Amino acid sequence: MEHTAVLELLDQIPDPEIPVVSIREMGILRKVELKNNHCDVYITPTYTACPAMAMIASDIEALLKSHGFKSVAVHTQLSPAWSTDWMSEGARQKLRSFGIAPPAHQACNSWALEVMQVNCPNCGSNNTSVISKFGSTACKALMRCEECLEPFDYFKCH
Amino acid sequence: MTMELKEALQKFLLRLGDNALIQGQRLSEWCSRAPMLEEDIALSNLALDHIGRAQVLLDYAGHTFGEIKTADELAFRRSEREYYNFLMAELPTGNFAFTIAKQLFLSAYEDLLYEALCESTDTHLSAFSLKAVKEARYHFSHAADWCMRLGLGTAESHDKMVDAIHDLWAYTHEFFEMSDCDLLLLQHGIAPDQEKLKKNWLDKIGKVFMRTGFSIPQDTYQHRGSRQGIHTEHLGHLLCEMQYLQRSYPDASW
Repeated sequence: MEHTAVLELLDQIPDPEIPVVSIREMGILRKVELKNNHCDVYITPTYTACPAMAMIASDIEALLKSHGFKSVAVHTQLSPAWSTDWMSEGARQKLRSFGIAPPAHQACNSWALEVMQVNCPNCGSNNTSVISKFGSTACKALMRCEECLEPFDYFKCH
Repeated sequence: MTMELKEALQKFLLRLGDNALIQGQRLSEWCSRAPMLEEDIALSNLALDHIGRAQVLLDYAGHTFGEIKTADELAFRRSEREYYNFLMAELPTGNFAFTIAKQLFLSAYEDLLYEALCESTDTHLSAFSLKAVKEARYHFSHAADWCMRLGLGTAESHDKMVDAIHDLWAYTHEFFEMSDCDLLLLQHGIAPDQEKLKKNWLDKIGKVFMRTGFSIPQDTYQHRGSRQGIHTEHLGHLLCEMQYLQRSYPDASW
Protein backbone atom coordinates (compact mmCIF):
# COMPACT_ATOMS: atom_id res chain seq x y z
CA MET A 1 0.00 0.00 0.00
CA GLU A 2 1.25 3.49 -0.87
CA HIS A 3 2.11 6.12 1.73
CA THR A 4 -0.76 8.46 0.71
CA ALA A 5 -3.21 5.56 0.65
CA VAL A 6 -2.26 4.72 4.24
CA LEU A 7 -2.82 8.33 5.30
CA GLU A 8 -6.22 8.34 3.60
CA LEU A 9 -7.08 5.07 5.29
CA LEU A 10 -6.14 6.49 8.71
CA ASP A 11 -8.28 9.53 7.94
CA GLN A 12 -11.26 7.22 8.52
CA ILE A 13 -10.42 6.87 12.21
CA PRO A 14 -12.55 9.25 14.26
CA ASP A 15 -11.45 11.06 17.40
CA PRO A 16 -13.12 8.82 20.03
CA GLU A 17 -14.43 11.80 22.00
CA ILE A 18 -15.48 13.96 19.03
CA PRO A 19 -16.48 11.41 16.39
CA VAL A 20 -17.28 14.01 13.68
CA VAL A 21 -13.58 14.73 13.11
CA SER A 22 -10.81 12.29 12.23
CA ILE A 23 -7.50 11.95 14.06
CA ARG A 24 -5.81 13.31 10.94
CA GLU A 25 -7.98 16.46 10.83
CA MET A 26 -7.32 17.00 14.53
CA GLY A 27 -3.57 16.93 13.92
CA ILE A 28 -3.12 13.93 16.24
CA LEU A 29 -1.74 11.80 13.40
CA ARG A 30 1.77 13.11 12.72
CA LYS A 31 3.66 10.72 10.51
CA VAL A 32 3.57 7.31 8.84
CA GLU A 33 6.58 5.22 7.82
CA LEU A 34 6.33 2.09 5.71
CA LYS A 35 8.81 -0.79 5.52
CA ASN A 36 7.55 -3.73 3.47
CA ASN A 37 4.74 -5.19 5.56
CA HIS A 38 5.49 -3.10 8.62
CA CYS A 39 4.03 0.29 9.42
CA ASP A 40 5.23 2.83 12.02
CA VAL A 41 2.62 5.41 13.00
CA TYR A 42 3.42 8.51 15.09
CA ILE A 43 0.67 10.19 17.08
CA THR A 44 0.82 13.12 19.47
CA PRO A 45 -1.45 13.56 22.51
CA THR A 46 -3.74 16.61 22.63
CA TYR A 47 -3.49 16.79 26.43
CA THR A 48 -1.01 14.95 28.64
CA ALA A 49 -3.79 12.95 30.24
CA CYS A 50 -5.96 12.49 27.14
CA PRO A 51 -7.67 9.17 27.93
CA ALA A 52 -8.44 8.58 24.25
CA MET A 53 -4.82 7.89 23.26
CA ALA A 54 -4.92 4.16 24.06
CA MET A 55 -8.11 3.74 22.05
CA ILE A 56 -6.69 5.69 19.10
CA ALA A 57 -3.56 3.49 19.10
CA SER A 58 -5.60 0.28 19.13
CA ASP A 59 -7.92 1.61 16.37
CA ILE A 60 -4.90 2.35 14.17
CA GLU A 61 -3.40 -1.08 14.73
CA ALA A 62 -6.65 -2.92 14.05
CA LEU A 63 -7.41 -0.95 10.88
CA LEU A 64 -3.95 -1.35 9.35
CA LYS A 65 -3.80 -5.06 10.17
CA SER A 66 -7.18 -5.60 8.54
CA HIS A 67 -5.69 -4.02 5.41
CA GLY A 68 -2.80 -6.44 5.13
CA PHE A 69 -0.03 -5.05 7.34
CA LYS A 70 1.78 -7.85 9.19
CA SER A 71 3.02 -5.63 11.98
CA VAL A 72 2.09 -2.15 13.18
CA ALA A 73 3.84 -0.02 15.80
CA VAL A 74 2.16 3.11 17.15
CA HIS A 75 4.55 5.61 18.75
CA THR A 76 3.69 8.58 20.96
CA GLN A 77 5.57 11.67 19.89
CA LEU A 78 5.76 14.53 22.41
CA SER A 79 7.67 17.09 20.37
CA PRO A 80 6.52 19.37 18.84
CA ALA A 81 3.65 19.68 21.32
CA TRP A 82 0.16 19.44 19.83
CA SER A 83 -1.62 22.70 19.34
CA THR A 84 -5.16 23.63 18.30
CA ASP A 85 -3.48 25.62 15.50
CA TRP A 86 -2.98 22.29 13.73
CA MET A 87 -6.71 21.67 13.37
CA SER A 88 -7.77 22.00 9.75
CA GLU A 89 -10.41 24.53 8.68
CA GLY A 90 -12.58 21.58 7.67
CA ALA A 91 -12.30 20.21 11.21
CA ARG A 92 -13.32 23.58 12.67
CA GLN A 93 -16.41 23.67 10.45
CA LYS A 94 -17.33 20.12 11.46
CA LEU A 95 -16.99 20.97 15.16
CA ARG A 96 -19.29 23.95 14.70
CA SER A 97 -21.99 21.89 13.00
CA PHE A 98 -21.64 19.30 15.80
CA GLY A 99 -22.43 22.03 18.36
CA ILE A 100 -18.88 22.67 19.59
CA ALA A 101 -17.41 26.16 19.19
CA PRO A 102 -13.90 25.82 17.68
CA PRO A 103 -10.87 27.61 19.18
CA ALA A 104 -11.42 31.36 18.82
CA HIS A 105 -7.84 32.36 17.99
CA GLN A 106 -4.24 31.25 17.56
CA ALA A 107 -2.80 29.31 20.50
CA CYS A 108 0.71 30.73 20.38
CA ASN A 109 -0.07 33.86 22.39
CA SER A 110 0.10 34.31 26.12
CA TRP A 111 -3.53 35.48 26.24
CA ALA A 112 -4.60 32.40 24.34
CA LEU A 113 -5.48 30.65 27.56
CA GLU A 114 -8.17 33.12 28.46
CA VAL A 115 -11.47 32.58 26.77
CA MET A 116 -11.96 35.51 24.42
CA GLN A 117 -14.93 36.25 22.23
CA VAL A 118 -16.57 32.99 21.26
CA ASN A 119 -19.52 32.70 18.89
CA CYS A 120 -22.42 30.41 19.73
CA PRO A 121 -22.27 27.35 17.41
CA ASN A 122 -26.08 27.19 17.38
CA CYS A 123 -27.21 30.75 16.57
CA GLY A 124 -23.90 32.49 15.81
CA SER A 125 -24.36 35.21 18.45
CA ASN A 126 -21.23 36.62 20.08
CA ASN A 127 -23.14 37.33 23.30
CA THR A 128 -21.79 34.32 25.18
CA SER A 129 -20.37 33.68 28.64
CA VAL A 130 -18.27 31.07 30.39
CA ILE A 131 -20.04 28.67 32.75
CA SER A 132 -16.93 26.67 33.62
CA LYS A 133 -13.33 26.69 32.39
CA PHE A 134 -13.47 22.92 32.37
CA GLY A 135 -15.93 20.70 30.56
CA SER A 136 -16.79 17.14 29.63
CA THR A 137 -13.28 16.43 28.30
CA ALA A 138 -9.82 17.91 28.96
CA CYS A 139 -9.91 19.92 25.72
CA LYS A 140 -13.21 21.72 26.29
CA ALA A 141 -14.78 24.45 28.43
CA LEU A 142 -18.48 24.91 29.09
CA MET A 143 -20.19 28.07 27.81
CA ARG A 144 -23.67 29.53 27.46
CA CYS A 145 -25.25 31.65 24.75
CA GLU A 146 -27.11 34.66 26.21
CA GLU A 147 -29.20 35.02 23.02
CA CYS A 148 -30.55 31.52 22.38
CA LEU A 149 -29.84 30.47 26.00
CA GLU A 150 -28.32 27.16 24.90
CA PRO A 151 -25.28 25.85 26.78
CA PHE A 152 -22.48 24.61 24.49
CA ASP A 153 -18.98 23.16 24.53
CA TYR A 154 -16.03 25.33 23.57
CA PHE A 155 -12.83 23.78 22.26
CA LYS A 156 -10.13 25.67 24.20
CA CYS A 157 -7.14 27.23 22.49
CA HIS A 158 -4.18 25.10 23.44
CA MET B 1 25.93 10.69 31.44
CA THR B 2 27.82 10.13 34.71
CA MET B 3 26.31 8.01 37.47
CA GLU B 4 26.05 11.05 39.69
CA LEU B 5 24.16 13.08 37.07
CA LYS B 6 21.87 10.18 36.31
CA GLU B 7 20.95 9.89 39.99
CA ALA B 8 20.31 13.62 40.21
CA LEU B 9 18.03 13.45 37.16
CA GLN B 10 16.23 10.48 38.67
CA LYS B 11 15.53 12.35 41.92
CA PHE B 12 14.37 15.41 40.02
CA LEU B 13 12.03 13.39 37.78
CA LEU B 14 10.64 11.58 40.82
CA ARG B 15 10.02 14.95 42.48
CA LEU B 16 8.10 16.23 39.45
CA GLY B 17 6.25 12.96 38.98
CA ASP B 18 5.40 12.57 42.67
CA ASN B 19 4.14 16.15 42.89
CA ALA B 20 1.82 15.45 39.98
CA LEU B 21 0.67 12.09 41.35
CA ILE B 22 0.01 13.22 44.92
CA GLN B 23 -1.76 16.40 43.81
CA GLY B 24 -3.83 14.33 41.40
CA GLN B 25 -4.80 11.95 44.21
CA ARG B 26 -5.80 14.80 46.55
CA LEU B 27 -7.76 16.64 43.86
CA SER B 28 -9.65 13.50 42.92
CA GLU B 29 -10.98 13.41 46.50
CA TRP B 30 -13.24 16.29 45.44
CA CYS B 31 -15.00 14.18 42.83
CA SER B 32 -18.74 14.22 43.76
CA ARG B 33 -18.06 16.53 46.76
CA ALA B 34 -17.31 19.94 45.21
CA PRO B 35 -19.52 22.95 46.09
CA MET B 36 -21.22 22.86 42.69
CA LEU B 37 -21.41 20.66 39.62
CA GLU B 38 -19.23 22.84 37.35
CA GLU B 39 -16.51 22.95 39.99
CA ASP B 40 -16.76 19.22 40.55
CA ILE B 41 -16.00 18.75 36.85
CA ALA B 42 -13.20 21.34 36.99
CA LEU B 43 -11.46 19.70 39.97
CA SER B 44 -11.79 16.24 38.42
CA ASN B 45 -10.27 17.62 35.21
CA LEU B 46 -7.40 19.10 37.22
CA ALA B 47 -6.88 15.72 38.89
CA LEU B 48 -6.84 14.01 35.51
CA ASP B 49 -4.26 16.45 34.11
CA HIS B 50 -2.02 15.75 37.10
CA ILE B 51 -2.33 11.98 36.86
CA GLY B 52 -1.52 12.14 33.14
CA ARG B 53 1.50 14.26 33.92
CA ALA B 54 2.59 11.75 36.60
CA GLN B 55 2.33 8.90 34.13
CA VAL B 56 4.73 10.53 31.63
CA LEU B 57 7.20 11.73 34.28
CA LEU B 58 7.31 8.50 36.30
CA ASP B 59 7.64 6.50 33.11
CA TYR B 60 10.67 8.61 32.20
CA ALA B 61 12.04 8.35 35.76
CA GLY B 62 11.67 4.56 35.50
CA HIS B 63 14.15 4.53 32.62
CA THR B 64 16.87 6.02 34.83
CA PHE B 65 16.96 2.92 37.06
CA GLY B 66 19.40 0.08 36.30
CA GLU B 67 16.48 -2.22 35.77
CA ILE B 68 13.70 -0.26 34.07
CA LYS B 69 10.66 0.35 36.29
CA THR B 70 7.18 1.16 35.00
CA ALA B 71 5.22 4.23 36.12
CA ASP B 72 2.82 1.92 37.98
CA GLU B 73 5.65 0.19 39.84
CA LEU B 74 6.97 3.56 40.97
CA ALA B 75 3.52 4.83 41.96
CA PHE B 76 2.33 1.76 43.81
CA ARG B 77 5.44 0.04 45.18
CA ARG B 78 7.32 2.81 46.95
CA SER B 79 6.87 3.79 50.58
CA GLU B 80 6.70 7.36 51.87
CA ARG B 81 10.45 7.77 52.44
CA GLU B 82 11.00 7.07 48.75
CA TYR B 83 8.59 9.83 47.69
CA TYR B 84 9.88 13.32 46.90
CA ASN B 85 6.71 15.40 46.45
CA PHE B 86 6.41 18.74 48.26
CA LEU B 87 4.84 18.56 51.72
CA MET B 88 2.11 20.95 50.55
CA ALA B 89 0.89 18.48 47.94
CA GLU B 90 0.19 15.78 50.52
CA LEU B 91 -1.64 17.95 53.08
CA PRO B 92 -5.26 16.85 53.56
CA THR B 93 -7.71 18.44 51.14
CA GLY B 94 -9.35 20.64 53.77
CA ASN B 95 -12.13 23.04 52.76
CA PHE B 96 -12.61 24.52 49.29
CA ALA B 97 -10.61 27.68 50.09
CA PHE B 98 -7.72 25.53 51.29
CA THR B 99 -7.72 23.60 48.01
CA ILE B 100 -7.83 26.84 46.00
CA ALA B 101 -4.91 28.36 47.93
CA LYS B 102 -2.95 25.13 47.47
CA GLN B 103 -3.73 25.16 43.75
CA LEU B 104 -2.75 28.81 43.47
CA PHE B 105 0.67 28.29 45.08
CA LEU B 106 1.48 25.01 43.33
CA SER B 107 0.21 25.92 39.86
CA ALA B 108 2.04 29.28 39.92
CA TYR B 109 5.21 27.36 40.69
CA GLU B 110 4.54 24.73 38.03
CA ASP B 111 3.77 27.37 35.42
CA LEU B 112 7.20 28.95 36.00
CA LEU B 113 9.03 25.65 36.39
CA TYR B 114 7.70 24.11 33.17
CA GLU B 115 8.24 27.36 31.31
CA ALA B 116 11.92 27.18 32.32
CA LEU B 117 12.09 23.45 31.55
CA CYS B 118 11.01 24.13 27.94
CA GLU B 119 14.64 25.28 27.55
CA SER B 120 16.11 22.19 29.27
CA THR B 121 19.05 20.46 27.57
CA ASP B 122 17.20 17.22 28.26
CA THR B 123 15.13 16.97 25.07
CA HIS B 124 12.55 14.57 26.49
CA LEU B 125 11.92 16.88 29.42
CA SER B 126 11.71 19.98 27.23
CA ALA B 127 9.27 18.31 24.81
CA PHE B 128 7.03 17.30 27.70
CA SER B 129 7.26 20.75 29.30
CA LEU B 130 5.96 22.49 26.17
CA LYS B 131 2.65 20.77 26.82
CA ALA B 132 2.71 20.85 30.61
CA VAL B 133 3.28 24.60 30.74
CA LYS B 134 0.04 25.34 28.89
CA GLU B 135 -1.89 23.11 31.26
CA ALA B 136 -0.23 24.57 34.37
CA ARG B 137 -0.98 28.11 33.18
CA TYR B 138 -4.63 27.23 32.69
CA HIS B 139 -4.73 25.69 36.19
CA PHE B 140 -3.23 28.88 37.57
CA SER B 141 -5.85 31.06 35.90
CA HIS B 142 -8.58 28.84 37.38
CA ALA B 143 -7.08 29.15 40.89
CA ALA B 144 -6.54 32.92 40.52
CA ASP B 145 -10.20 33.43 39.46
CA TRP B 146 -11.43 31.55 42.52
CA CYS B 147 -8.98 33.31 44.81
CA MET B 148 -10.58 36.60 43.73
CA ARG B 149 -14.14 35.28 43.96
CA LEU B 150 -13.61 34.00 47.49
CA GLY B 151 -11.54 37.01 48.55
CA LEU B 152 -14.09 39.54 47.30
CA GLY B 153 -17.10 37.36 48.14
CA THR B 154 -18.71 37.10 51.56
CA ALA B 155 -16.98 37.82 54.88
CA GLU B 156 -16.90 34.06 55.47
CA SER B 157 -15.31 33.16 52.13
CA HIS B 158 -12.78 35.97 52.59
CA ASP B 159 -11.79 34.77 56.06
CA LYS B 160 -11.46 31.15 54.95
CA MET B 161 -9.21 32.20 52.11
CA VAL B 162 -7.03 34.28 54.46
CA ASP B 163 -6.75 31.34 56.88
CA ALA B 164 -5.77 29.00 54.05
CA ILE B 165 -3.10 31.37 52.74
CA HIS B 166 -1.58 31.74 56.22
CA ASP B 167 -1.71 28.02 57.01
CA LEU B 168 -0.07 27.10 53.70
CA TRP B 169 2.58 29.79 53.60
CA ALA B 170 4.89 27.76 55.84
CA TYR B 171 5.04 25.09 53.10
CA THR B 172 5.96 27.36 50.19
CA HIS B 173 9.70 28.02 50.60
CA GLU B 174 10.46 24.35 50.27
CA PHE B 175 9.59 24.59 46.53
CA PHE B 176 12.71 26.67 45.92
CA GLU B 177 15.39 24.77 47.85
CA MET B 178 18.59 24.08 45.95
CA SER B 179 19.85 20.64 46.94
CA ASP B 180 23.08 19.13 45.57
CA CYS B 181 21.11 17.41 42.86
CA ASP B 182 19.47 20.73 41.84
CA LEU B 183 22.89 22.37 41.60
CA LEU B 184 24.28 19.60 39.45
CA LEU B 185 21.29 19.71 37.10
CA LEU B 186 21.60 23.49 36.88
CA GLN B 187 25.26 23.17 35.85
CA HIS B 188 24.23 20.85 33.02
CA GLY B 189 21.37 23.07 31.89
CA ILE B 190 18.82 20.37 32.69
CA ALA B 191 16.89 22.17 35.44
CA PRO B 192 16.53 25.88 36.27
CA ASP B 193 17.81 27.92 39.20
CA GLN B 194 15.07 27.64 41.83
CA GLU B 195 16.07 30.93 43.44
CA LYS B 196 15.19 32.76 40.21
CA LEU B 197 11.86 31.00 40.12
CA LYS B 198 11.16 32.22 43.65
CA LYS B 199 11.35 35.87 42.68
CA ASN B 200 8.97 35.40 39.75
CA TRP B 201 6.68 33.26 41.87
CA LEU B 202 6.37 35.98 44.51
CA ASP B 203 5.55 38.51 41.75
CA LYS B 204 2.92 36.23 40.29
CA ILE B 205 1.23 35.56 43.64
CA GLY B 206 1.59 39.23 44.61
CA LYS B 207 -0.35 40.33 41.52
CA VAL B 208 -3.28 38.07 42.35
CA PHE B 209 -3.25 39.16 46.00
CA MET B 210 -3.19 42.83 45.01
CA ARG B 211 -6.46 42.45 43.11
CA THR B 212 -8.10 40.78 46.12
CA GLY B 213 -6.68 42.89 48.92
CA PHE B 214 -4.67 40.03 50.42
CA SER B 215 -1.07 40.56 51.40
CA ILE B 216 1.92 38.23 51.25
CA PRO B 217 2.29 36.73 54.75
CA GLN B 218 5.32 37.39 56.93
CA ASP B 219 7.92 34.65 56.69
CA THR B 220 7.93 32.58 59.84
CA TYR B 221 8.81 28.94 60.41
CA GLN B 222 9.07 26.93 57.18
CA HIS B 223 8.47 23.18 56.93
CA ARG B 224 11.06 21.27 54.92
CA GLY B 225 12.15 17.71 54.31
CA SER B 226 10.72 16.42 51.04
CA ARG B 227 14.05 16.74 49.19
CA GLN B 228 15.29 14.01 51.60
CA GLY B 229 12.07 11.99 51.47
CA ILE B 230 10.94 13.18 54.90
CA HIS B 231 7.20 13.81 55.00
CA THR B 232 4.26 14.78 57.18
CA GLU B 233 2.20 11.97 58.69
CA HIS B 234 -0.42 12.53 55.97
CA LEU B 235 1.49 10.94 53.10
CA GLY B 236 1.48 7.45 54.65
CA HIS B 237 -2.30 7.53 54.99
CA LEU B 238 -2.71 8.74 51.42
CA LEU B 239 -0.45 5.96 50.12
CA CYS B 240 -2.35 3.33 52.16
CA GLU B 241 -5.48 4.16 50.25
CA MET B 242 -3.86 4.74 46.85
CA GLN B 243 -1.67 1.62 46.93
CA TYR B 244 -4.07 -0.77 48.61
CA LEU B 245 -5.08 -2.71 45.52
CA GLN B 246 -1.59 -3.18 44.08
CA ARG B 247 -0.19 -4.12 47.49
CA SER B 248 -2.93 -6.68 48.13
CA TYR B 249 -3.06 -8.10 44.61
CA PRO B 250 0.40 -7.49 43.11
CA ASP B 251 0.42 -7.17 39.32
CA ALA B 252 -3.37 -7.01 39.10
CA SER B 253 -4.32 -5.48 35.77
CA TRP B 254 -7.47 -4.73 33.78
